[in-house]
Formats: sequence, structure tokens, C-alpha cells
Amino acid sequence: MATLARLQARSSTVGNQYYFRNSVVDPFRKKENDAAVKIQSWFRGCQVRAYIRHLNRIVTIIQKWWRSFLGRKQYQLTVQIQRRWRGYRVRKYLFNYYYLKEYLKVVSETNDAIRKALEEFAEMKEREEKKANLEREEKKRDYEARKMHYLLSTKQIPGIYNSPFRKEPDPWELQLQKAKPLTHRRPKVKQKDSTSLTDWLACTSTRSFPRSEILPPINRKQCQGPFRDITEVLEQRYRPLEPTLRVAEPIDELKLAREELRREEWLQNVNDNMFLPFSSYHKNEKYIPSMHLSSKYGPVSCKEQFRSENPKKWICDKDFQTVLPSFELFSKYGKLYSKAGQIV
Amino acid sequence: MSQRQVLQVFEQYQKARTQFVQMVAELATRPQNIETLQNAGVMSLLRTLLLDVVPTIQQTAALALGRLANYNDDLAEAVVKCDILPQLVYSLAEQNRFYKKAAAFVLRAVGKHSPQLAQAIVDCGALDTLVICLEDFDPGVKEAAAWALRYIARHNAELSQAVVDAGAVPLLVLCIQEPEIALKRIAASALSDIAKHSPELAQTVVDAGAVAHLAQMILNPDAKLKHQILSALSQVSKHSVDLAEMVVEAEIFPVVLTCLKDKDEYVKKNASTLIREIAKHTPELSQLVVNAGGVAAVIDCIGSCKGNTRLPGIMMLGYVAAHSENLAMAVIISKGVPQLSVCLSEEPEDHIKAAAAWALGQIGRHTPEHARAVAVTNTLPVLLSLYMSTESSEDLQVKVLFPWIFRYTSAEGGQLSTT
Repeated sequence: MATLARLQARSSTVGNQYYFRNSVVDPFRKKENDAAVKIQSWFRGCQVRAYIRHLNRIVTIIQKWWRSFLGRKQYQLTVQIQRRWRGYRVRKYLFNYYYLKEYLKVVSETNDAIRKALEEFAEMKEREEKKANLEREEKKRDYEARKMHYLLSTKQIPGIYNSPFRKEPDPWELQLQKAKPLTHRRPKVKQKDSTSLTDWLACTSTRSFPRSEILPPINRKQCQGPFRDITEVLEQRYRPLEPTLRVAEPIDELKLAREELRREEWLQNVNDNMFLPFSSYHKNEKYIPSMHLSSKYGPVSCKEQFRSENPKKWICDKDFQTVLPSFELFSKYGKLYSKAGQIV
Repeated sequence: MSQRQVLQVFEQYQKARTQFVQMVAELATRPQNIETLQNAGVMSLLRTLLLDVVPTIQQTAALALGRLANYNDDLAEAVVKCDILPQLVYSLAEQNRFYKKAAAFVLRAVGKHSPQLAQAIVDCGALDTLVICLEDFDPGVKEAAAWALRYIARHNAELSQAVVDAGAVPLLVLCIQEPEIALKRIAASALSDIAKHSPELAQTVVDAGAVAHLAQMILNPDAKLKHQILSALSQVSKHSVDLAEMVVEAEIFPVVLTCLKDKDEYVKKNASTLIREIAKHTPELSQLVVNAGGVAAVIDCIGSCKGNTRLPGIMMLGYVAAHSENLAMAVIISKGVPQLSVCLSEEPEDHIKAAAAWALGQIGRHTPEHARAVAVTNTLPVLLSLYMSTESSEDLQVKVLFPWIFRYTSAEGGQLSTT
């Protein structure tokens, strides 16, 4: 009952409230409706899009597979074409295999030829060197044989290399027989400064004057007249000097002769020292000279005769020489034209 | 006192001086006397005797000075410090040939020790007089002057330039054409020492027309002369392609290959150096060398030598093979690989082993074919052992390992994989 009363009290306002609430809700209803519609449409849109995406993916896969299948077919063809083309290009322009092979063959042939040529060259050099060595050895042996020629065996005495106990002589023996003896090298004599007579004689001999070896000119006019024999003329022109005996001998001939005599006697000496007396018995005896020797007035020598007694008057310090010139009694013997004195 | 007695005093003095200077010159030939001589103060005495009136004393004094300066660089410096050089240079211009020879000997002896001493010689104006001596008639004087110029130009590029500026090169080329062998030798060595420093100097030598004359003289039988000529040609050709081409145009192939068969070790070494310097520039030049049969000759030469004489030949093979695979194949068919592997295994020195390993690497790196050709000769175990061994140097190890890393991956199976 109480509720009823309550309800009846509010019944007048219920209707207003009802109308009022409904009218208030109306715009909201619209809004909410619109919102719901929006949300639903959006959601459906998403759904459809997802579906389309899914479809897209499937289509892509199918297309992919289809296109790859197509491509593979195409690829076989293209590759074949390109293969052919590349091979052709390489063979023609870049790399000729057979040419390379040829080239390598030629190179190896050249190598062999060069190797052979170099071998020959080396051999030739070897041979030349060996020959030069042999020649040098030969010369050395020859020179040694010439130096040792005196070791050659004679008829009486067999030499070192020709021992009688051997069957045949040593090869050196034959070498020595072939060798020419080596002369000693003469020591070079220095030129004498002073010209002595012998030199002059030597240079006036027939050998020493130069004969002119020059040929006469071709167009020479022949000289007129009877001529003497040319050998006679030359003999006369180049007649050697015939000095007199006085000139030919040196001026101190006596002194030289004395010295030569002394030298010869010295050769025969056993000992150079003077002999001493054996005994000393006479050691303390004084020597008593003879009368001739003890006097002041001895025989006068020629030297003292000619020189003054006062040494201050002497011109030079040197002693006079003893000069004994030769005389010319027989110097012209046999050299004159006259036949005086010859036995007919 | 009579005139005779006065003159006799002078004669005695002259005899004493002559005797002194001759004895000093003789003593200076033995090394053990030189210390004593120096301590006795021989430098200043010889310096005064250089100005002597009598020509023989001057010459002998110069000879003695030369021998002393030759012995070591302290004495050479003492010669320079005592101001002997200007006097020498001055009288070099006017004296007779014996004095010129002796004075050029002194200059040579001083100039050979160091660049500073050579610079001192250049500074006192010796180059002009030496070049004048090169024009002298006597071949001994020319030889002494050329030798002095050679020792001066040997040290560095500036000194060589100074020598060239003094106009020595055309005269040296004339000296090469002289008949005396000693003079030819010295002139060729002088040209070689001038040309070795820079391309411009080498160009100057070539412009003077030296290459044709040098190429003609390769046929001369004297071994020392050949050695100097080949050295000169290799110094010229090492700088650039043009110079190498000019040397090749002088028609040295195939004559040079006969030098590879010479008895003398140095001739072989210099001949292979020359071929190496020519072949290293471009593939065309290497091709030229291969076409002339140079590869076979060099391989034979390597086989007949030992030690350092082999090194230029090994490097030449490496250079030829490095240019292209055809050339590497040419080296392989000339039987180069067995020879290189023999070098690798039997040489005791590290740098030669490194060079052989490098050359093998250059041969084998182009294609699998090449690698197989190298592997067939069983060099790979040797290379591996070299790499592993503790005593081989860093350089050797690097050279051994590097080219083969690539080849291991791309080579054929079989033999290679077993190593």
C-alpha cells in the first residue's frame, strides 16, 4: 500500500519524467547509433581488408610460382644463346687456344736450339782453352829442354835420361836431342867514354862504314868514261888505317908491361905474405949495408938528372914517367911499292 | 871554395832527396810501415817535395802520397787537410805524363773512401783538369783520370751530376773505343757508376751514344771487360722502360746469352742481372726475352752456379712469370720449376730461398693448371717445412705462405689436397 501511494504520488511526474528522459536520450540515441554504425563499418572494413590482404598474398605466391616457371623456361634458352656467344667471342678475339699451344711449342723449340748453341759455344771455348794450355806446356817444356841440353848423352857416356838399364830412353832424352842449346844472355856492356886506338881501327874497317843501300835514280844519265872496278875503288876508299908502330902502342907501354909481368908472377905465388926468416938467431944483428949503397954518391938516375933539386921550383907534383917509345926501323917493311930487298 | 864544391853540395842534397822519396814510396807499399810513416810526419815532408824542382822527385812524391792515401781514409783526410790538392790540381795541367798519372792516382786514392772526401776533390776544381787529362794522348794518363772520375762518381747522385757537368761522358765514350783493354775496362766501369744513380744520368749516358759501343764490346774475350760492360748496360736499363728498350734495340740478344755460359762467375751474374732488369719492366719486354730463348739460357745458368750468383736469375724467372699466364706457362715448359725447387732445397742462404719461393709463387698463381704444374714437382712439402721451421726468417715465411693461400682453395684435388 505504501508503495502504491508512493507511485501514485509520483504518477504525475512519471509521465513527464518519462517523456523528458526519452527526449533527452533521443540525440544520444542518434549519436550512439551513428557511433555503432561507424564502429561496425570500420570493423567490417578491417575484416574485408584483411581478407583482401590474405587474398593478395595468395595471389602473389601463385604469380610468383607461375612467373618463375616461365622464367626458367626463358632462362634455358637465354643461357644457351649467351653461352654460344661468349665462347665465340673468347675464341675469336681474346684467347686462341691453339695459337697458344703453337706459341709454346715454338718457345720450347727455340729454347732447345739456344741450349744446343750455348753448349757448342761452351765446348768450343773449352777446346780453345785446352789448346792454349797445351801450347803453353809445350813451350815450357821446350825451354826447359833447351836449358838442360848439356844433360844429353854422348856416345861414350849415357846421360841421366838414357840409363842403360832401361829398355828405351826417357822421353826427355828425345826432347833434349831436338832442343837447340840456349846461349847465355850477354851482359850489356856500357859504352866506354874514352876512345882508344883500337876503336878507331875497328870503325875504319871495311865492315863498319855504311854502304849506301839506296838504289840509284832511274833516269840517271850514265856517267861517261872508262871506270875502274868498283871493288878496287871501295878497297881504296875504305882502306883501313895502318898506324906506325910508335902510334899503335900506348905511351906507357913499359909500365903496363912491367905490371903485366908482376901480375903473372903473382899468379904463381902460393902465399901473398913476404917470407920471414926461419930462425931468430940473426934477429938482433944489425944490418951492415954495402959500400955502394951506403954512400951518398950513388949512380944518378935519369929522373934526378933532369929535375931541379929545389922542390919549390917544380911545376907539378907528379913524378916524371919513364917513356920508352918504339922505333920505326921496320914499320914500313913490306908495305912499300918498291920491291927492294925482296927475293926474286 | 871552388864552383865544383858548391855544386857538389847541391848534388848531394838532390841525391838525398831522391833517395828519401824513393824509399818512402817503396815503404808505402807495405801496410805495416804506414803507421810508422804517418807518426813520423811524412805528409808535410812529401808536401814540400811535391813542389820540388826536379821532376822525378815530384813524381815519386806524388806516387808515395797516392799509396799512403790509398791505405785508409784517415790518411786521405790528412792529405786533404794539408792543402795538397790545389797544388796537385794546378800542376796536373802542365806537367808531363808520369806526373799526371801519379797525381790522378792521388786523386783517385783520396776520392774512393767517402762522399765528403770526393766532395772536397770536386770543390778544389779537380774535375776540369781530370777531364782535360782524359783528352791526353797517353793511354796510361787516360786510364788514371777515368779511374779517379769513377771513384768520385760512385758515391751519390750529386757527385755523378758534377762529373757529368764537367763534360766527362763523351770523352769516356771515346775512351771505350780505344784499343787498350785496361782503358776500356775503366771507362766502362766509370759509365756504369755514373748511370746507376738516376734515370736522368742514365739518359745522359745513352745520349752520348754509349750503348751501341758497349753492345759491340760484349763479344770481347776478356772476362773483366765483359763484367764491366754488362754491369754498365744493366745500370742503364734498370731505370725505365724507354732505357730498357734502347738497350734492347742495340741488339744484345742473343749475344748476351753466350755470356751466361762464360767461365767467370761475375760475368754470369752480371749477364743475368742485365736480363732481369730488361724483363722486369713490361710484358712485351719479357716476351722478347722469352722469344729469344733467354729463359732456357737463364735456367741453365742457374743450374751451373752456386750461391749469390744464382739470385738475379731466380728473380728474372719470377718477373717473367709474374707478367702474364702465357709467360708463366712458357717458364714451366722450359723446365724452370724443377730447377727452382732444387734451388729452394739446396741453398743455405735465407734470401735466396725467399726469392725462389717468390718465383714459384708467381709461376703458380695464375690458373689451376699452373698450380698443378708446380705441385707435381713436390715443392709444396718443402715450402711447408720452410714455413714451419723456426730458423727461417720472417721475410721467407711471408713469401712462402702468401701466394699459396689462394691456390689451396682453387686448386684441383689429388696431389694438392694430400699436402
